[in-house]
Amino acid sequence: MATNQKRVIVVGGGLAGLAAAVRVAEAGLDVDLFSLVPVKRSHSVCAQGGINACTEPVRQEGFSEWNHFDETLYGGDFLNHQPPVYEMTHWAPKIIDLMDRMGVPFNRTAEGNLDRRYFGGSLFRRTHFSGASTGQQLLYALDEQTRKYEAAGKVKKYEFWEFLWPVLDSSGACKGIVGQDIRTMEMRAFPADAVVMATGGCGLIFGKSTMSVICNGGAASRCYQAGAWLGNPEMIQVHPTAIPGEDKCRLMSESARGEGGRVWVPAVKDASGNWTPHPDAGRDPRQIPENERWYILEEKYPEYKNLVSRDVATREIFFTCRDGFGVGGGRMAYLDITHLPDETKNKLHAILEIYEKFTGDDPREVPMKIFPAVHYSMGGLYTVYTEEKRVPEANDESDGEPIFGMKHGAPNNMMTNVPGLYAFGEVNYAYHGATRLGANALLNCIFDGIFNGPSVANYVNGLDTAAADLDASVFDAVVEREKAKEKKLLGATGGENPYKLHEEMGNWMNDYCTVIRDAENLDKLMAKVQEWKRRYENVSLADTGMWTNQNLSFTRALGDMIIYAEAIVLASIDRKESRGCHYRPDYPERIDDPFLKTSLVKYDAAKNAPVLEFEDVPLPMVQPRERSYGKK
Amino acid sequence: MIAPNESTKTFRVKVKRQDTADSAPYWERFDVAYKPSMNVISVLQAIAMNPTTVDGKETTPPVFLSACLEEVCGSCTAVVNGQVCQMCSRLVDDLLKEGGEITIEPMTKFPVVRDLMVDRQRMFDNLEKIQGWVPIDGTTSLGPGPKETQDNQDIRYALSRCMTCGCCLEVCPQFTADNGFVGAQVISQVRYFNRHDTGAQLAGDRLDQMMEPGGIADCGNAQNCVKICPKEIPLTESIAEVGRTTTVHSIKKFFTGK
Ligand SMILES: Cc1cc2nc3c(=O)[nH]c(=O)nc-3n(C[C@H](O)[C@H](O)[C@H](O)COP(=O)(O)OP(=O)(O)OC[C@H]3O[C@@H](n4cnc5c(N)ncnc54)[C@H](O)[C@@H]3O)c2cc1C
Ligand code: SF4
Repeated sequence: MATNQKRVIVVGGGLAGLAAAVRVAEAGLDVDLFSLVPVKRSHSVCAQGGINACTEPVRQEGFSEWNHFDETLYGGDFLNHQPPVYEMTHWAPKIIDLMDRMGVPFNRTAEGNLDRRYFGGSLFRRTHFSGASTGQQLLYALDEQTRKYEAAGKVKKYEFWEFLWPVLDSSGACKGIVGQDIRTMEMRAFPADAVVMATGGCGLIFGKSTMSVICNGGAASRCYQAGAWLGNPEMIQVHPTAIPGEDKCRLMSESARGEGGRVWVPAVKDASGNWTPHPDAGRDPRQIPENERWYILEEKYPEYKNLVSRDVATREIFFTCRDGFGVGGGRMAYLDITHLPDETKNKLHAILEIYEKFTGDDPREVPMKIFPAVHYSMGGLYTVYTEEKRVPEANDESDGEPIFGMKHGAPNNMMTNVPGLYAFGEVNYAYHGATRLGANALLNCIFDGIFNGPSVANYVNGLDTAAADLDASVFDAVVEREKAKEKKLLGATGGENPYKLHEEMGNWMNDYCTVIRDAENLDKLMAKVQEWKRRYENVSLADTGMWTNQNLSFTRALGDMIIYAEAIVLASIDRKESRGCHYRPDYPERIDDPFLKTSLVKYDAAKNAPVLEFEDVPLPMVQPRERSYGKK
Repeated sequence: MIAPNESTKTFRVKVKRQDTADSAPYWERFDVAYKPSMNVISVLQAIAMNPTTVDGKETTPPVFLSACLEEVCGSCTAVVNGQVCQMCSRLVDDLLKEGGEITIEPMTKFPVVRDLMVDRQRMFDNLEKIQGWVPIDGTTSLGPGPKETQDNQDIRYALSRCMTCGCCLEVCPQFTADNGFVGAQVISQVRYFNRHDTGAQLAGDRLDQMMEPGGIADCGNAQNCVKICPKEIPLTESIAEVGRTTTVHSIKKFFTGK
C-alpha cells in the first residue's frame, strides 16, 4: 500500500499544460507544474488569430462538426489520426463555452453573442477570437484558474525550473523527472506517478521562427533520447506571412487575411496576358495601380482565395518571389489591409501594432512586407489512445456507418509509448498530420488538457504504488547522470562557440529543410548534422559559474536540438513523396502507397542515431482524396 | 572586437552587471556591429555570441529574460537609456538617435537575480491576493458564459492585455522595492475581474483588499503608469473606477456591517 500521496507532474505552462493542471487538480490529484518561464509568459501568449469551433450560429450557417473534422483531415493531407480529430472537433463548442465561462474577453456581436471571423482552410466563419491576441487571453484565463488551485494548495508551481530528463523505473514506466532551478542551479529529482509533457514546439532548431525563443524542442528531444518515440518530426509548418527580423520572424496572423487582407506582388502583364516581374518592383506600393498588382492567391484559388491552407500559400509566395516577382526583386510580398474599414482594422489592432512597432511603417496606410517563416511543429512525441466505436451524431456524414472517437477517460489517451508519460498540445503529433489549419492549435491544446486530463487521473488512480515510495536509487541515478553531463559541459575547453553553432544550424535547417526539400540538399544537410554532433563535443562555455547560468542551459539544450534535428532530416529524406508542408521537388506528388504512414522515429542510444520506420495511419472514417484547394 | 570581414560600423553598449542577488553591481562596455533593424534583444544576442568587453576582457554573456520577442509575454523588461521598456520593441536606430552609448540596466523596483534578470514574483502574488480569477463551478459542460455588451468587452479586452511586465510599477513613485503598495497593474486587474458578471461574485473581497494598507489609497495620482504602459492600458481610468467602487463599498460596509 502506498504511504505517500500520488502526484502528477505537468511540464509546461502553456495552454496545454495549464489546461491539464487545472483538469487533473479538479480530478483531486496534486499537481507539480514546471516551466522555464512564469507560466503566464509561455509561448501560447503569441497566438493571435483565434480558435475554431462549430458553435451554434456557425452550424446554422451550414457548417458542422463533421465539416470541421473533415477540413482538418484535408488540411493535414490525411496523415492525422482520425479518432482524436473527430473527438476534438466535436468537443470544440464545449471548449469555447468553457473559456467563455472563465471570462475570456471574446469579441462580441451587437447582441452580445460571440463574434467569429474567417480563417485559412475553411469556407466558413468558424474562428472565435479576442481581438488579435486570442492566445494571450485564453492563456490568461487558464493561468487564473491555475492560480485558484495554487491558492487552494492543489497545484504547486516550479517556475524557472527546467525539465532535464524523465525518470523511468525498471519496468520502463515514467515515475518522475529531474529538474533544475535555472536561477540557483539546484538540480534534483521529483517523483510523480504520471508526467504530462506540454512543452510546445521546436522552432529554435530552425534558428529564427515565429515561435518564442524558449521553444527549442529540448524537452521533447530528451524524452526521445530516453525512449519515447517521435511521430512525423519532419512535418514543420512554414507560415506564409511573417516579418523577417534580426532576432526572430514576427507573425502577421492569418486573421489579417481572414478579415479581408490580400496578398499581392508588383507585376505587369505581357502581350500574351502572362504576368511578368515589374520593372520597378521597389517603388512605393501606394503608387502601384490596380492593374499592376498580381493577387497570386486569388487568381489561382478562386474558391479559397487568400485563405488556402498554409503550406499552399507559403509555396505560392515562396516560388513567386523566387521567380523574381518579390518586392524590389527580393524575398518579400505584400500583405495588404489598407482597403479595410476602420472597424475591421481595429479588430486587428494587436498585430498591426506589432508591425508598426517593429518596422516603423503604419500598415493601415502602407501594405505590409511579408515572407514565409517557420511557425509550428505538427510532429512531435508519438502517442496512442483508446478508440471508441459509436453511432454517428446527427450531422455526421458517415453514411450511417459507425464513427470512431476517443474513449473519454481511457488511461492511455495521448500517452507516449512510455507508460505514464503523456504528450499534450503542440509537442503531440497526432492531430494535424502534414499541415495544421489556422486556429486549430489553441483548440488542440485546451482539448488535450480538458478531455485527456481525466485519462491521466485514471491512470494514476489505477496504480498500486506511489512513485514517492520507490527506492531513492531510481531517482539518484538520473540525477547523477545529469550532474555528470553538466560537469562535462562546464569543464569543456574545445573552443566551439554554442551560439555560433546554433546560428549555423538554424541557417542550414531553414535553407534546406523547410519549404523545398531537395534530395541533394538533404544529403548535404545530413552530413552537416553529423558534423554538428562532432563539433558539439567541443563546445565550451563562456560562463562556468553556478548561479543563473543561461549559457549552460542553452548549450545543454543545443545538444538536444541537434539530436532532434537529425530525426527531422532523416524523416525528410525517407519520406519520398510530397504531402502537406513536406514538398520534395523530386517526388512532387502525394504517394499514399506506401507513404500514407506515420514516420516513427526511435532513438538508438548505442549508436546515438535515429532509426525510422513507417506505421500505417488508420482510416476508419474518411478516405483520402485529392487535395488541390481548387487550384486553377 | 569585431572580426574584420563583418561590418566595420559598430556602436557602444554599456550593460549593468550584477553577479548574484546581493553582490555589488558594475558596468561593462561592449562594441556591437551595427545591422539594420536591430532591437535591444539582438544587441544582447550579439554580445552573448562574443562576450568580450571593449577592453578585450573575456566575460560572461549578460543574463536576461526573453521569450516571445513581440511584446506580449512581458519577459524582457529592463531600463534602456534610462527608460523602462520591453527590450524587444526598443529599436537600436531610435536609441542611436538619442546619441552616446546605449545603456541597459535591470529594473530597480524588483530584486535582481543576476544582471538584467529581476524577480517579479510580487506581481503574481498580488494577483492571488485579489483572487484574480472568475469563480467557475469547474470544467464540466455547463453551457456558455454570460452575454456581454460590446462596450464592456472593449473595456475588458483592453485590461486583459496586461502582460505583468511591471513597467507601470517601475515608474510609480509610490511603489518601492520594500513597501506594500500593489500598484496600477493589480488595481487594473481588480477592475477587469469585477467587470465580468461571474467574476463580480468576488468583487467585495477584492475591494476589501483594496482597502487594506498598500491598497488603492496609497496611489499618489502621479499618472506615470498610464504614460509608460506598453500595452496602452487605461490605468488611470482603472484607478478612478476602482477608487469609486471602493468608496461605495466601504460606505456600504460601514452601514450594513457586511
Ligand atoms: C506567432 C504565433 C501565432 C499563433 N497563432 C495561433 C492562432 O491564432 N490560433 C491557433 O490555434 N494557434 C496559433 N498558434 C499556435 C499556438 O500558439 C501554439 O501551438 C500553442 O500555443 C502551443 O501551446 P502549448 O501549450 O503546446 O505550448 P507552449 O505555449 O509553447 O508552452 C510550452 C511550455 O513548456 C515550457 N517548457 C518548454 N521546455 C521546457 C523545459 N525544458 N523545462 C520546463 N518547461 C519547459 C515552457 O516554459 C512553456 O510553459 C500560433 C503560434 C505562433 C508562433
Ligand atoms: S499595466 Fe501595463 S505596464 Fe503595468 S504591468 Fe500591465 S502591461 Fe505592464
